[in-house]
Amino acid sequence: MIVRDDEPGHNGVMSEIVYDVAVIGGGNAALCAAITAREAGCSVIVLEHAPKAMRGGNSRHTRNLRAMHDAPTSVLTEAYLEDEYWDDLLRVTGGQTDEALARMTIRESQRVIPWMLGHGVRFQPSLTGTLNLSRTNAFFLGGGKALVNAYYLAAARLGIAIRYDSEVLSIDLDDGFARSVTVRSGGADTMIRARTFVASAGGFQANMDMLRASWGEAADNFLIRGTPYAQGTVLNSLLAQGVEAIGDASQFHAVAIDARAPKFDGGIVTRLDCIPFSIVVNRNAQRFYDEGEDVWPKRYAIWGRLVAQQPGQIAWSVFDAKCRALFMPSVYPAYRADTIEGLATQIGLDSAALRQTVDNYNAAVRPGSFNTQVLDDCATEGLAPPKTHWAQRIDTPPYYSYPHRPGITFTYLGVKVDAQARVIMQDGRPAANLFASGEIMAGSILGRGYLAGFGMTIGTVFGRLAGQGAARHARN
Amino acid sequence: MRETEAVLAAKHAIEICNACRYCEGYCAVFPAMELQRDFTLADMGYLANLCHNCNGCYHACQFAPPHEYGINLPKHFAEVRLESYAQFAWPQPLARAFERNGVVVAAVMALAITFVLLAVTLLVTPDVVFRPHLGPGAFYAVVSWGAMASVAGATLLFSIAALSVGAIRFWCATRSELTGPVTWRAVRRAATDIVTLRYLGGAGEGCNDADASFSLARRHAHHALAGGFALCFAATSVATVFDHFLGWVAPYGWFSLPVVLGTLGGISMITGCAGLMRVKLITDPAPVSRRVLGGDWALLALLLAAAVTGLGVLALRETSAMGVVMALHLGVILALFVLLPYGKFVHGVYRGAALLKAAVERDRHRPVA
Repeated sequence: MIVRDDEPGHNGVMSEIVYDVAVIGGGNAALCAAITAREAGCSVIVLEHAPKAMRGGNSRHTRNLRAMHDAPTSVLTEAYLEDEYWDDLLRVTGGQTDEALARMTIRESQRVIPWMLGHGVRFQPSLTGTLNLSRTNAFFLGGGKALVNAYYLAAARLGIAIRYDSEVLSIDLDDGFARSVTVRSGGADTMIRARTFVASAGGFQANMDMLRASWGEAADNFLIRGTPYAQGTVLNSLLAQGVEAIGDASQFHAVAIDARAPKFDGGIVTRLDCIPFSIVVNRNAQRFYDEGEDVWPKRYAIWGRLVAQQPGQIAWSVFDAKCRALFMPSVYPAYRADTIEGLATQIGLDSAALRQTVDNYNAAVRPGSFNTQVLDDCATEGLAPPKTHWAQRIDTPPYYSYPHRPGITFTYLGVKVDAQARVIMQDGRPAANLFASGEIMAGSILGRGYLAGFGMTIGTVFGRLAGQGAARHARN
Repeated sequence: MRETEAVLAAKHAIEICNACRYCEGYCAVFPAMELQRDFTLADMGYLANLCHNCNGCYHACQFAPPHEYGINLPKHFAEVRLESYAQFAWPQPLARAFERNGVVVAAVMALAITFVLLAVTLLVTPDVVFRPHLGPGAFYAVVSWGAMASVAGATLLFSIAALSVGAIRFWCATRSELTGPVTWRAVRRAATDIVTLRYLGGAGEGCNDADASFSLARRHAHHALAGGFALCFAATSVATVFDHFLGWVAPYGWFSLPVVLGTLGGISMITGCAGLMRVKLITDPAPVSRRVLGGDWALLALLLAAAVTGLGVLALRETSAMGVVMALHLGVILALFVLLPYGKFVHGVYRGAALLKAAVERDRHRPVA
């Protein structure tokens, strides 16, 4: 039996329509690919796992995009040239990148902002904003969900078919040639055919079974900062069919977020920036790392892993009234008490042990001139581990504490692609009609670490490349 | 502000917003919020009135329903605004007008029209009311200039006094340690924000009405309505000068200054009302509070009635219908004047005050953290 793909199907039913391009995923990279292919004259379908209200993958939580430019623009100040951009990337990845792909991405990034503006994305004027990143990063007016909304409006205007609540279970490959996708929607499975396919379905950070495979029981205590729909189903499907993998399956980018955050989608408001001005203890009330090792923008990303390695995957920051106003507010109020012992009771730690840790720390603090703007000279002496900057005695009530757990932003495992966004098979040849963009292939360029706004750059650049390549292939 | 469900919901939401700040490019609310870390209930009255209800932050919000945080600032703020109108109203017993404002406005309008019609029929013989009047003094044959000017003048003065007391109460209640002395610079900035309706613009792009797409329809319609209202006020003022000081008694010719101003103003008001009503009908209902709709529609209906009956007087002034249409128009105008401090019209006063406070504080402070 043949049914139209927009009617409820039965298991294994094949759709009648053959699209030129099927895009799997519904975030920034997927929409950039879909819009590009549609504007090249193709019929396009977008298959988004999430319902409409939660569409957009992790893009809905993003805020900006890092773009190269050789002169100030309406949304970026000064200049940010290829070599500086590359140096920044090299530093955060520690060399786990592909220079040719990375430099191509960086160069293409100077062309994306006019394209984004042309498709309804709006930016904040360059000189406003809380974060001082206006030289390197263009900030979306309203953030990533507003960007996603703009792209969906553009897609609808262009006549792209959009299916929400449509989970792609597999891309059916036949010796490097993609024939169809199997889609689960409303409890029924349908096969959708297309001439070319673009995989933009994100990483696997929301797949607890996959996280458990690398991290065991500890994974149960991880929180996922973004979309619950990043299940890695499409990624796994491709890797099981001879697509070349890239990136370490056990690695993810994580920060130490508020332990009271929801399991998924807590987003930006659950981040805690208090660590440089606190001491951080584990559930035994013991410190375990230098809280003041470097400025926070260079250290926030290691704390997810540090907390993940503590017993119970939990840690508590402790600070006093002097420090309360030194960092951005966050969504949940801090625990608060007039004594360290009272605070310990509130957060469920051993009072004597916390008192001892604070006393030891206070005794080790050496005088200095406290300055949040620089690596100051406020440090401990004879304490292990030390606190090397912003160390002040914790002695001014009320005392405060936040609970921290690892919050996973994204995973690094992905499919390997070439400079045309074509998916590479294990034999080294590109798949004939399969392209990839976004987090599912970002490991090709970003093998470790993170550079603010670079995920959106990769998604936009490779989304457009994938859309162009898919359109070219579909028309031949 | 009193500790109501709406105020607490707004406070909870704004504490989450202050940890996010993605919306800071949209309007004045977020930059004002960023100056603070801890919020009082009074701050909600201030921020709610600073909100222009453009819906940009709702459609952009990653924490909007169905997210468990359920952030919906336009809705929370619309309810807090309504509560603030009642709380700052003077005299207080009349604050109850805000409880079911649509009904109150309709009732006052009906009463005012009845009052003028009755007064006309009782004071003037039916023969005079239903006869065409031509030449200087034609209108005053039906309602004397003295009666018109004294009733309208007295109500308007009282309403202006009540609005002023409300504005002062608002300013005192929302003043915080951040608020400093009012400077000329801040006054200029606030005046520009008010006259240009800067924040019905979401950084120049407009509002989100039907969906997440931006549209300047609401801003343009509001300009047409407010501009038309100003033109009509100017027409009345010019006519008063003509009549009272120059001795040129109404009615005036089609191309005289008062008639041209009034005609343009009336048409502009009708266009603006229609535009704002259209926006109300197509707007996504999710960020809209049903509690405020009655008052919103009532003010639009009142202004529309004022413009339509005003133009009606002009169109029919040489016919026998003039007397009745003019009585209708005067009844609507009386209702409008009476209701100025007790309906949606007050939004202009409190929003203006909030914009001034925001301009003052922005010059004195930087965002926290």
